[in-house]
Amino acid sequence: MNDDSLLFESNDWDFQTIQRIHEAVARIADEKLGLDIFPNQIEVITAEQMLDAYASAGMPLFYRHWSFGKRFAQHEGVYRAGLQGLAYEIVINSNPCISYIMEENTATMQALVIAHAAFGHNHFFKNNYQFRQWTDPGSILDYLAYAKNYIANCEERYGESEVERLLDAAHALMPQGIDHYPHKKPLDLRSEEKRERDRMQERERLYNDLWRTVPGSSRDASTMAVDRRRTMLRLPQENILYFLEKTAPKLYPWQREVLRIVRLIAQYFYPQQLTKVMNEGCATYCHYRIMNTLHETRRIGDGSFLEFLRSHTNVIRQPDCYDRAYSGVNPYALGFDMMRDLARIVLQPTEEDRAWFPEIAGRGDEMAVLRDIWANYRDDSFIAQFLSPNLIRKWRLFHIVDEDDAPQLEVSAIHNERGYRDLRRSLAAEYEAARKIPDIQVVDVDLAGSRKLVMRHKVVDGKLLDLGNTSLVLGQIANLWGYEILLEEIDATSEEVLKAHMASPAMH
Amino acid sequence: MRIVDRRLNPGGKSFENRQRFLRRAKDMVERAVRDATRDRAIGDLEKPGEVTIPAEGTREPYFQHVRGNRRDVILPGNREYVEGDLIDRPKGGEESSGGAMGTEDNQEDAFRFVLTRDEFLRIFLDDLELPDLAKRRMVGAQKEGVRRAGYTTTGTPANLSLGRTMRMSLARRIALGRPGSDAIERMEAELAAASLSQDAAVDRLQKELDIARERRLHISYLDPVDLRYRRFERFPRPVAQAVMFCLMDVSGSMTAHMKDLAKRFFMLLHVFLTRRYTRVELVFIRHTDKAQEVDEETFFRSVETGGTLVSSAFVEMARIVKDRYDPASWNIYAAQASDGDNQPSDNEQTRELLKEAILPLCQYFAYVEVADPNTDMSGPAQHESQSSLWLAYATLRSQKAAFQMRRVSRRDHIYPVFRQLFQRRGVSAGETPR
Repeated sequence: MNDDSLLFESNDWDFQTIQRIHEAVARIADEKLGLDIFPNQIEVITAEQMLDAYASAGMPLFYRHWSFGKRFAQHEGVYRAGLQGLAYEIVINSNPCISYIMEENTATMQALVIAHAAFGHNHFFKNNYQFRQWTDPGSILDYLAYAKNYIANCEERYGESEVERLLDAAHALMPQGIDHYPHKKPLDLRSEEKRERDRMQERERLYNDLWRTVPGSSRDASTMAVDRRRTMLRLPQENILYFLEKTAPKLYPWQREVLRIVRLIAQYFYPQQLTKVMNEGCATYCHYRIMNTLHETRRIGDGSFLEFLRSHTNVIRQPDCYDRAYSGVNPYALGFDMMRDLARIVLQPTEEDRAWFPEIAGRGDEMAVLRDIWANYRDDSFIAQFLSPNLIRKWRLFHIVDEDDAPQLEVSAIHNERGYRDLRRSLAAEYEAARKIPDIQVVDVDLAGSRKLVMRHKVVDGKLLDLGNTSLVLGQIANLWGYEILLEEIDATSEEVLKAHMASPAMH
Repeated sequence: MRIVDRRLNPGGKSFENRQRFLRRAKDMVERAVRDATRDRAIGDLEKPGEVTIPAEGTREPYFQHVRGNRRDVILPGNREYVEGDLIDRPKGGEESSGGAMGTEDNQEDAFRFVLTRDEFLRIFLDDLELPDLAKRRMVGAQKEGVRRAGYTTTGTPANLSLGRTMRMSLARRIALGRPGSDAIERMEAELAAASLSQDAAVDRLQKELDIARERRLHISYLDPVDLRYRRFERFPRPVAQAVMFCLMDVSGSMTAHMKDLAKRFFMLLHVFLTRRYTRVELVFIRHTDKAQEVDEETFFRSVETGGTLVSSAFVEMARIVKDRYDPASWNIYAAQASDGDNQPSDNEQTRELLKEAILPLCQYFAYVEVADPNTDMSGPAQHESQSSLWLAYATLRSQKAAFQMRRVSRRDHIYPVFRQLFQRRGVSAGETPR
């Protein structure tokens, strides 16, 4: 097979075709785009298996729980009714990087899927700082296998219903089981000693006898005790699952381990929530470049290029807000447009671009710039930094403010000179993780008395917690904790308590 | 790069989770299934169906915000607005912000999914049991049978499928472009015309004709590769078989409503029997003062006039059993539906016939007395009656376990009554219909 013949001529494909496509795509990805990827493993699956994969968050193996069955029933119903096709691929952030491709796909679609998933997403998984920080792709499949076995063993030992109750509670707390900031690494002895020495020197240097004469601190013994207690329990703690796993007094060791499993899996998926736009933008931009190059070098025919364009335009379709089909900003569309726009800024900047993006405008090597961006941003920072006026105009973005006490909605910014920064900031804010997940922290435990657990919800913009859900979740927490729970909702700015919820553990 | 073919991996990975989900939502699914069957036609009862259960029971709660007092929306595709414009709040789900906000809330109310036929029936007939299965051991015993199973390329001439063979031949001839005889004739005519007029195209036409004849010669009309034979395969034929007798009074006093009730009951019994037996035959016997075996359509549709002699139906049934259904190899079930009218003089004979001739033949005999809804009674006595036939049967009730009777007056009572009749023994008769 020489290098300039067509990779495939018809819709049919076999494993050799896939192999050839992969080689051709790999060369382009390496030479033209400079992608840095995990080794690829491509798995061919059926529609049935795709439905299975849907139900378990795309992972090839997962512990058993009814909620996955519910998801399966839902997807299956929708799929069988013909309301919705299946995804062409699923890609797993693991090493080697596993991409599922469906057997129904045509050869062109397989090429597209390989370029998109096995190279685009793969590069992003390997290089983005969020993924590097929070996920361990080398061991995730082993860990899932361990989790599955462990939970199956627990079911055997302690009964299915017992484990199901625990998993229900853990799943309810999944969004609150995520570390948002890396923990401090424990110091080794040498650096601890060095720090102690430095501190001593600093103290000697600053010693002044006058300090002794300053009246003593106004803090009384009780606040000291509270502070000490909080320090010992490492409070406040935003990772509720972690807190319960480490601190809940009544849990058995196996229950702590199950909480830990759910927590670690939640943490593994966390970066994907933070980088939806970038991840899809990166993959879509990569497949677009790769497929175009394949066509330019005559490795795929005109017909299959048209087929590619058709599904590509479907993927990046963004209906405007007057359209009935509008259901929010399409991350593929936004991501792809931003990547293309950045490439344009790097290669052919206008005066405006030079003013807005002096760092990258006209740098000449668009892939180096994009690779750097893909590695070091997440959705909110990416949009806040790189949404250009040009793109705002192209999308004709506008900002509507809807305030409860205002009689009408107000258009606060449109795509003009005054609006650019407002639009960019507000759009970026929509992608902040903190906006969607309520900020709830464990703040105190009444150790001396009733062992009541005190939690606090920081209320922003008057967004209180939904009552029905909250009482259910609090019940779950109370069961895990074993004693009473108090959840206070506190206004973020005025620190005023807006509402309080109580819950007690159910009697068994 | 590695390519792995997972297609042959065992499927159904989600089966276990799906079962857990169904178990979790058991009560609601059961209720949904019963509601669904209430409106279904006879034939549809066994089809897989979509059921909707309230989302509440399978809700997965998590901390969630309510709408704050200030919302910021960034939308694409601005057409007419400039900064500072005021927009009236959209009513319902129209344009701008409407598209995104309107639909979300409703989705949480109900959860809709499709049950397979097996799941549907299992839930539908859960904890029901066929009483007195004397011949049940025969369910396991099986005999070889032969049935059609598609086509094959080899076989004996006797099994040659002409239609299929000719279809293959036609497909092959079209694919290979064999010129038909009409095409040859046309070309010959053209050639003749051309040679008459001394046309220059003669040579070309002659050559074309030669090629066409050549093709006809080489591509045969019928080729051995076209041959297709009918294929037969052996399959285990279960011996266990059941026959279900549906007896109904069709005299003038039976209203359409009563017949509908009866039909529903028969339908349930049929579905239930087909779950247990691979083969269930139906016999419909209608009677006024004389009985007659009819087909299903006539059975439910036609109205006859005349008196009512229930015994005539039993005589007819006994005759049919004797002629066609040897009790040694058939499981016999009978269900009788009637409004309870019978000529008083016939009651004694009816009871004796039932007791001596019919019940010994039957696995199970159910008598359902149908009534009009406006004669509905309430309280524990609502499934009892005082009609002449009821009183005649009442003494048998305690003597024979294989004999059951109930009174039904409303459509939604059919299923509970059916459940009572086939309640698994040992399960307390929990569900009393209201």
